[in-house]
Parts: sequence; structure tokens; C-alpha cells
Amino acid sequence: MLHRWRGFALGIFAVIIAVGSLTGAMTLLKLHDLQTQKILNEKEEETEKKMAVLKDEMRKATLKLKFNLLILPKQQNIRDLHMKGYPSEYMPEEYVTRLANSGIIVVRHFLPSLQQRIKWPEKNRTITLIGTRGEVPNLHKDPRRPLVQPVPPGTIVLGYGLHHSLGLHNGDKVKLLGREFTVHKCHEERGSKDDYTAWIHLSQAQELLDKEGHINAILALECICQGVEGLLMKVREEIKQILPGTQVIEMGTKAIARAEARAKVGQEAKSAVERERRHRTKMRSEREFFAAVLVPLVMVACAVWIGLLAFNNVRDRKVEIGIQRAIGFRAGQIMFLFLSKFLIMGLLGGLLGIFTGLGLGRWLALVLEDDMEGIATAGELFNPGLLLLCLITAPMLAVISGWLPTMFAIRQDPADVLREV
Amino acid sequence: MVEFKNITKIYDGPEGKVTALDKVSLSVQPGEFLAVCGPSGCGKTTLLLTAGGLLRPSKGQLNLDGSDPYGVSPEMRSKIRARMIGFVFQQFHLIPYLTVRQNILAPSLALPTKKAGQRAQELISSFGLDDRAGHVPAQISTGQKQRTALARALLNKPKIILADEPTGNLDEGNANTVLSYLSQYVAEGGCVLLVTHDVRTAAHATRTLEMSRGQLVE
Repeated sequence: MLHRWRGFALGIFAVIIAVGSLTGAMTLLKLHDLQTQKILNEKEEETEKKMAVLKDEMRKATLKLKFNLLILPKQQNIRDLHMKGYPSEYMPEEYVTRLANSGIIVVRHFLPSLQQRIKWPEKNRTITLIGTRGEVPNLHKDPRRPLVQPVPPGTIVLGYGLHHSLGLHNGDKVKLLGREFTVHKCHEERGSKDDYTAWIHLSQAQELLDKEGHINAILALECICQGVEGLLMKVREEIKQILPGTQVIEMGTKAIARAEARAKVGQEAKSAVERERRHRTKMRSEREFFAAVLVPLVMVACAVWIGLLAFNNVRDRKVEIGIQRAIGFRAGQIMFLFLSKFLIMGLLGGLLGIFTGLGLGRWLALVLEDDMEGIATAGELFNPGLLLLCLITAPMLAVISGWLPTMFAIRQDPADVLREV
Repeated sequence: MVEFKNITKIYDGPEGKVTALDKVSLSVQPGEFLAVCGPSGCGKTTLLLTAGGLLRPSKGQLNLDGSDPYGVSPEMRSKIRARMIGFVFQQFHLIPYLTVRQNILAPSLALPTKKAGQRAQELISSFGLDDRAGHVPAQISTGQKQRTALARALLNKPKIILADEPTGNLDEGNANTVLSYLSQYVAEGGCVLLVTHDVRTAAHATRTLEMSRGQLVE
């Protein structure tokens, strides 16, 4: 080996390239996986932080906002409600009391109402008449200031469109369906159907509309919003159990919108992580494909290289082999001499190739990947399994490559060689 | 010891068949130094290689110490060579990257023997190679090379030495030294079959045969 050190060194170099390409490819893929894990962890962590901030903001915001629910008779067609602007079905007024006494903890106030679109014959107007008696506080919650002032019996509250067009003011007397009311309050312009709505006390509305003891909606106010997601379903379930003859719809509060936005942000963040994961997986597949094509090619080229070196070596040592045969070396012994050389070549090349591959893979990863800060060091990338694999495959590669030339060597007729010289 | 019985060796050459040995019969016995003389191309080397079990004859039979080496497997033939035959060549054919000592010891790899090291040292001393034992062939003289080659041939105490122009590359002094070693070996009971074109070399033999066109002439 030392005598023909150039050939031996070239052989080792070939093994280093073969093993280095294999180890390099595996290291690159491993680093890719580590980097992928790092990126995904960072993204997930970032998402979690973002979501935590949003959740906290949501909690704070919804604590203030709360949200409102509208409890309607079960038979109320929601489409009709939206078309007409008021409920057309009725339920017993006693439902409010039942709810207030039920111990439901997520709703602070209940506002029963009776609404109907009517003709105001005295003023020749079509208006929405709402009978209300103000909020019924939840008896199981702390007493709070009523959110909406009740309309005292005998009084009427008018929307902007009505009092403005009729020239009515607070304290004016006005007749509605034959009964006299004192204008209690004139609302500012709201730009909604409220502008053409008149509010009177619930009991008087029931009398005027001939619906004694009935209402057609209960507005559940200030529903507690800690953790809005899924709460609506809970509230619906709870109310449904208390009042089986009703249905509950949400009034489109900001809280729900924010919750939905938050959910959307969360979904988007998850999608981004998923997109990144898919991108990294695709990138890995490409690299895997590249390695799967390149590494075998390099290994075959190196095997051919070693084979050619071995043939050259056999040619150079033809006389030596002839002499060895003449002094009694058996074919198996000569074969052993040659193959042991390839074995040593493979072992040395394999060992050096592993470290070359580790360095090469790491360097390639640094070139191909962005932000490799904190990536595993060569020492951390060292894999005993890989070492074992290389220390088995590299000598095998070298021995297999040298096998044919060795067979050629031992099949040479020593007499031919000795006669030639 | 070695007996050729009507051995013929024919080569297939580019210009047809060439008869290198033509019904050759001879025998060399222990204590005999047989020189075969003849011009280049007369079949001397073929004779020697056939005797050494390296070249199967086309016809005839070889008897080496009572058995036919061509009647056994190549592996067995190699063992026979390692145990019974020592080769000496004109070109020495030392292994260039091994030292003198390692070259002398090389046959012990083919046929491991006890005390091979001790035997090698004895040969080194008796052939006057002590101060060159650690040198590689490129660092020693031609005479020393041939002495090394002779020592290598004698390591396994062969029954016969087959020498192909062993003095062809040596000056007279070194040639005489080598030939005297061969004579000493014969005196100790060995036998030598030497082929040469040099009549002076043949003069050291106990018997000489002429070879011409593959045939032996007494």
C-alpha cells in the first residue's frame, strides 16, 4: 500500500467521495428536518403567542361588550322576522319570570316586548308599536342599574321620524288607537326602523293589541362573554331547557364578530403553518429525489474508479503476482492480499468520508437554508448508526469494486508472466 | 527427484503451433546439479516452468518426488511448489517494496512454518546480507539481489532449486558466489536444475545437457 501509495490514496479518495456523498446527503436531509422542525416550532409558537394575545384582548373586550340574544317563540319564522322587522308569533309573558327565576347565570337582564306593525289612525301613519316593561333583572345576579328605562304607563316614547314629522315634544298629549298618552321621550335620529317606532308600557300594548298576557320576544341583555366561542350554543341549550317553546338567535354583537375574527386569525395562522409544512415537505422530497439520483451515481462512479485503479494495480503487479504464484502462493492467498488492501482502503475511506460528509452536508445546509442559527453542530449530527453503516458499506464497496480485477489477477497464468520477463 | 517422461509442450502462436519441448525425458536426483544449456528460444524456460508445476505439458508426464503435480488441483500444486521447489530467476523478481528480510520471508506466507524468522536470519547471515537485511531491493547491489532471491528460494528447505539464468545479470565474482551457494546446497542433499546459455555457468554443474529446438542432447 505504501509502495503504491498514490493509487491507494486515490482509492481512499474515491471511497471518501462515495461515503461523503452518502453521508452528506443524509446530513443535509437531517439538517433539513431539524430546520423544518425549528421553523414550524417557531411559527407555532408565534401563532400561539398571537392567539394568546388575541384571546386576552377578546376576554377584555368581550367583558365590556357582552352580547345580546333574542328569545323568540319556537314557531317564529326567522325569515319572516327579518322581512317584517318584528316577530309575528307570540308566547306567554310568564316566560320572562320563569327565566329570571331559573338561575341561568350567563344572562344579566331580560327585556320582554310585544311588537306589531300597526296603523296609527289618529295620525295616519304606519308605525311599529312596541310594548315593553323594561328589564327584568336576573334574580340570581347582583342587582344592577337597568339598561333600558321602562316606559311608564300612560306615556309614549317616540322615534325621531314620528315626533319630528308630527311636531311632537316631551309632555305633549297624543292619541293612539283611541287612548291618550303623554309623550315621555323623543329619541334622536338613529337611522333605523326605531325612527318610526313608538314605545308604550307592555300592559297597555297588550290591551291595545288584544294580546293580554302575551309577548313575542325577550331580549336577553349583557350575556357574559368570557370565552365567547361555543358560549352561544351553551346559552341556547340552557334557555331551551328552561323554555322549550322558544328559539334563541344572536343579535350580531361585536363580541361574536371579534370571536369570529379571532377564530379566523387562528385558522389563518394554522393554515400558514400547514403551508410552511407542505413547502418544507416538498423541498425535502426534491432534495431526497436529488440525493436518490446523485448518490447512487456518485457511488457507481467511485466504484468504477476503484475498479480501474485496481485493474491498473493488477497490471503493475503482474510480475509480482507471477512470482508469488511461483513461490507457492495459492490463488486464495493472493486474493486475500488484494482484497484486504481494498478492505483497508474502504475502512479508511469510509471513516474519513463520514466526517467529510458531515462537514459537506452542514456546509450545503448553510448555503441552501436561511437562518441556520442554532443548528446542530457536526458533533451533534454524528450518528453512530450512520458510522456503522458507512464502515460496513464502504469496505464492501471497495471490495466489490476490486473483486473483478482481483479475479483477473489470480487467473493470470504465472508461466506467461515469467516467460515474458 | 524430478523426472520428465516424454514431455512435449506445444504453444499456439500467431503463426501456428510452436513445439517448445519435444518428447523431453530427463531426471534430476538429490545431490545432482543439472545444467541445461542452449540458445535463447530453445525451450529452456519452458522446461523449467514445466518442472516447477507452472506450465502444464501438452503430452507426457512429470514426476516430482514420486507424484504428478499436474494430476492434482491448482491449490495442491501451489502447496507442492511452496514445499518442494525454490525458484531463482535472472531478473531476481524480488518484491520491490519489501526489505531483504521480508523478501526472504515471503515464502513463509505461502507455507507458514515454525521458526521461519530464525531460518531467514540464518540465510541472511550465511549469504552475507546482514547489513542489508533492512534495505529494499532498490538499495542493494545486483549480487545482493540474487543472493536474496536465492535465500528466498531456500527458506522452506525445498527439495529442488529451479534456476533460470541465475547469473545472467551478475559479474563474474557474484556469479561464482551464487553458483558456489548452489553447489553447497547440492552438497547438502538438494538438487538443482539450472538452465543457461552460458557454458561457464554450466561448468559448475555435475551434469550438463544441451537443448536445441526443444530437444535434449546429452
